[in-house]
Amino acid sequence: MTHAIAISHLSKTYGSGFQALKDVSLDIRHGEIFALLGPNGAGKTTLINVVCGIVIPSAGTVTVGGHDIVKDYRAARSLIGLVPQELTTDAFETPPATMRLSRGLFGKPANPAVIEKVLKELSLWDKRDSRIMTLSGGMKRRVLIAKALAHEPQILFLDEPSAGVDVALRKDMWQLVRALRASGVTIILTTHYIEEAEDMADRVGVINKGELIVVEEKAELMRKLGRKQLILELRERLDAMPAALAGHGLSLAADGMQLVYTYDTKGETTGITTLLDQVRNAGVRFKDLQTRQSSLEDIFVGLVRQR
Amino acid sequence: MRLEMNLYGARAIYMYEMARTGRTLLQSIVSPVISTSLYFVVFGAAIGSRISYIEGVPYGAFIVPGLIMLMLLTQSVMNASFGIYFPRFVGTIYEILSAPVSAFEIVLGYVGAAATKSIVLGLIILATSELFVPVRIAHPAWMLTFLVLTALSFSLLGFILGLWADGFEKLQIVPLLIITPLTFLGGTFYSTSVLPQPWRTVTLFNPLVYLISGFRWSFFNIADVHVGISLAMTLLFLATCLAIVWWFFKTGYRLKN
Ligand SMILES: Nc1ncnc2c1ncn2[C@@H]1O[C@H](COP(=O)(O)OP(=O)(O)O)[C@@H](O)[C@H]1O
Ligand SMILES: [Mg+2]
Repeated sequence: MTHAIAISHLSKTYGSGFQALKDVSLDIRHGEIFALLGPNGAGKTTLINVVCGIVIPSAGTVTVGGHDIVKDYRAARSLIGLVPQELTTDAFETPPATMRLSRGLFGKPANPAVIEKVLKELSLWDKRDSRIMTLSGGMKRRVLIAKALAHEPQILFLDEPSAGVDVALRKDMWQLVRALRASGVTIILTTHYIEEAEDMADRVGVINKGELIVVEEKAELMRKLGRKQLILELRERLDAMPAALAGHGLSLAADGMQLVYTYDTKGETTGITTLLDQVRNAGVRFKDLQTRQSSLEDIFVGLVRQR
Repeated sequence: MRLEMNLYGARAIYMYEMARTGRTLLQSIVSPVISTSLYFVVFGAAIGSRISYIEGVPYGAFIVPGLIMLMLLTQSVMNASFGIYFPRFVGTIYEILSAPVSAFEIVLGYVGAAATKSIVLGLIILATSELFVPVRIAHPAWMLTFLVLTALSFSLLGFILGLWADGFEKLQIVPLLIITPLTFLGGTFYSTSVLPQPWRTVTLFNPLVYLISGFRWSFFNIADVHVGISLAMTLLFLATCLAIVWWFFKTGYRLKN
């Protein structure tokens, strides 16, 4: 079986000479929710825009549903719905009018029933006679989603769907995404929130500085990402790890003034209580303690090192 | 290569653009009609009282084809350029670029809509003229042919302008600084044969001379240049515009990074 999307050795260098994608290869499976996780400027939008035909790739190939995005662009693009990152909507039209344009552009005959269904699912039905410019930002985002769904795509791209979105919309959106997945739609979303990837995705790809660092099942990746550090600020300097504390995964830091314990927040037990008991029993006294979540940057550094 | 077309796509763009005209009816129909009427009052009454006939045609009637052309050209360029520039400007162009539509279908939608408006406008102006002067049309089929070809060519030119422009100034300056002077210098209100040399030869480099001359011939059977040449020049202009648009889309110029 072919993949929903197959990206092979894709590179993109913009006219400015900036290389936004470096030899990216990635397969998206049919019917999965795939999260592309990376900080701002990582190349997420560029990757999506290449697949959708908005940006011309510098090297590499992409197929969508087995169709090459250049040679067989009609077949490839017909499968895709795109919700862009920026809130770019028409101003003077009504939601149904702009949806009819979308549906026609993607080669589908008019179908008021589909338009009505999508409008209702996105709580836009009441706004069907309003000009888009009179709607709030959240409502405009809903219109963008409605446009992407107007031609009943088999693959849906959501570029930073939760950026600037209120809680109600986020909840509606995730519900809709799950319902779409249940009906067989493949979904690719980008985000720079680990939590979002964790909540939604089946698989996660981590991208940084144009390089796809790792692609993993979510559970596996979260095990790697979900690490925290407990830092004990010691009263007195330790020259070496006391024998009683060896074998607990502890390390000394800050010239012996800190004990650092790395633990897994997703584990059954974190082992912190036992550890603190043992630290006291060993006669090591501390004046303060703190925990620290690895930042996205730390994680990238860690992942790059692991490779 | 398979011969396939996304006619739904072209139609969707066309309908969408036509709906936009509906909203800007005042600007796209009423204002050209008013300015045409003013031309009649000013040129027809003021000048017409001094020049009564040009080559056997009453002056008031003589300027009708030129006036229609003037409106046709400016409105085609303005409508078509704005139609494609605006989505580029606000970013909604992403949808056109990501849709399974070919350059041909995009052009068909945008240019088709702009040309339709111009043709309707041209006919409205013709009807308005009838209120001021009796106009007879010697070759109605040719008149329509020139009307359609000119509307198409200049809508295409407008489309090119809308793709190329990177600011509103450029969008406005081309019709104002190029189209209008070329029309006035192209024999809108006079026969170029009245010009002394070398100006008469210079006008032969003005493409609009051929359009206006051909169009006027279809009304009155009189022409500055032979109608065959007019037709050939119009088609050449159309083909040139098509080639430029084709190149824009092929290279993604100003559309894709
Ligand atoms: N049109 C462009 N020209 C030049 N550089 C660009 C262009 N678009 C994006 N970039 C650069 O490419 C990098 C990746 O951008 P983008 O794909 O938007 O990242 P992300 O979506 O992950 O935030 C950024 O450094 C951005 O500045
Ligand atoms: Mg982005």
